Amino acid sequence: MWQHLYDELKDKGFMVVAVAEESRGADHARPWIEQAKSSYWQLIDTEHRLSDLYNLVNVPQAIWIDEEGRIVRPPETAGSTDHFRRMDLKTKTMSPQDQAERLAAREAYLDAVRAWVRTGQHALPSGMARAGLPRVTPEIAEARAHFRLGVWLRQHGRTAEGDRQMAEASRLYPESWSMWRQAADLDEVGKASGPEFWARVQALGDRPYYPPPKL
Amino acid sequence: MTKILTALTEHDVATHDGLWMSAADAERVIGWVLKPEGMCWADACVPMPAASVAGGEVDVAAFWKKLGGPVIASDDRMVWALGSAPEERNAALEGLEAPDFTLPDVDGLPRTLSQLRGRKVFLATWASW
Repeated sequence: MWQHLYDELKDKGFMVVAVAEESRGADHARPWIEQAKSSYWQLIDTEHRLSDLYNLVNVPQAIWIDEEGRIVRPPETAGSTDHFRRMDLKTKTMSPQDQAERLAAREAYLDAVRAWVRTGQHALPSGMARAGLPRVTPEIAEARAHFRLGVWLRQHGRTAEGDRQMAEASRLYPESWSMWRQAADLDEVGKASGPEFWARVQALGDRPYYPPPKL
Repeated sequence: MTKILTALTEHDVATHDGLWMSAADAERVIGWVLKPEGMCWADACVPMPAASVAGGEVDVAAFWKKLGGPVIASDDRMVWALGSAPEERNAALEGLEAPDFTLPDVDGLPRTLSQLRGRKVFLATWASW
């Protein structure tokens, strides 16, 4: 997914780390990774450890980290847009205009990454980077612990109990699409993009599914 | 043996009545050391109520809750998750130093974020679901 970007910039002191939030295990991510033939890091995160550390709620989200290991942009949607919400659900297609806008938004995001690597543009001063960080609440922390336990129980054959823990995690942290989708998809592959998903997306109303990055 | 899942790893520990365990096991699992002044992390000590320490043993569930971390148990109380306290997560992020992690690549080779110091890193999530 990021191979072109990486090839373009790898000689400029740049690295891509792509992390699969994949609680069903590495084998579910493997076909995608092998197909991508990427030379950047492709890591597997079965416990959603990255989401816990950086308080992430959806995929794809990206964090920009400078040469000293400092966060210069907080977690943001990485190139995806909400145009999919207007697609024709029967044919699963978007209007030509929406498709064009979607590609343009993605390209604008990639251009911002290029500019950052080449000139440092778009790196936020500390105060602004800090202000953009999502706050971890007690409910979110509790949700993460339920999720962790749920993944373990499922991995050890205790499916029904694991489901219950994951459902509780999603109830405590309804803003996390990753938790909801993983809980649903473990149950039945494909369910995470089925009617229940669409109903949940519609319930957002005017709120975004992929909040646009504030570039 | 009781299974304890922490943010970074998991442990098998002998416990009773919830998460009562020896001070040595407590140190192994959560990294805090029992001293006369309380449970200590380097020089910082948290006083322990008398009800949570007895005979060289510590009630780790009570201590963890006192730190503000979530404690979740399986139905049979044989598997426990000790989550990170929200204040700890927020403080780590607000320092703006990217929280470090080690995760395996698709061949199982462990990779650590801080190995990439000196380069700009675009850290992105994705999923097959």
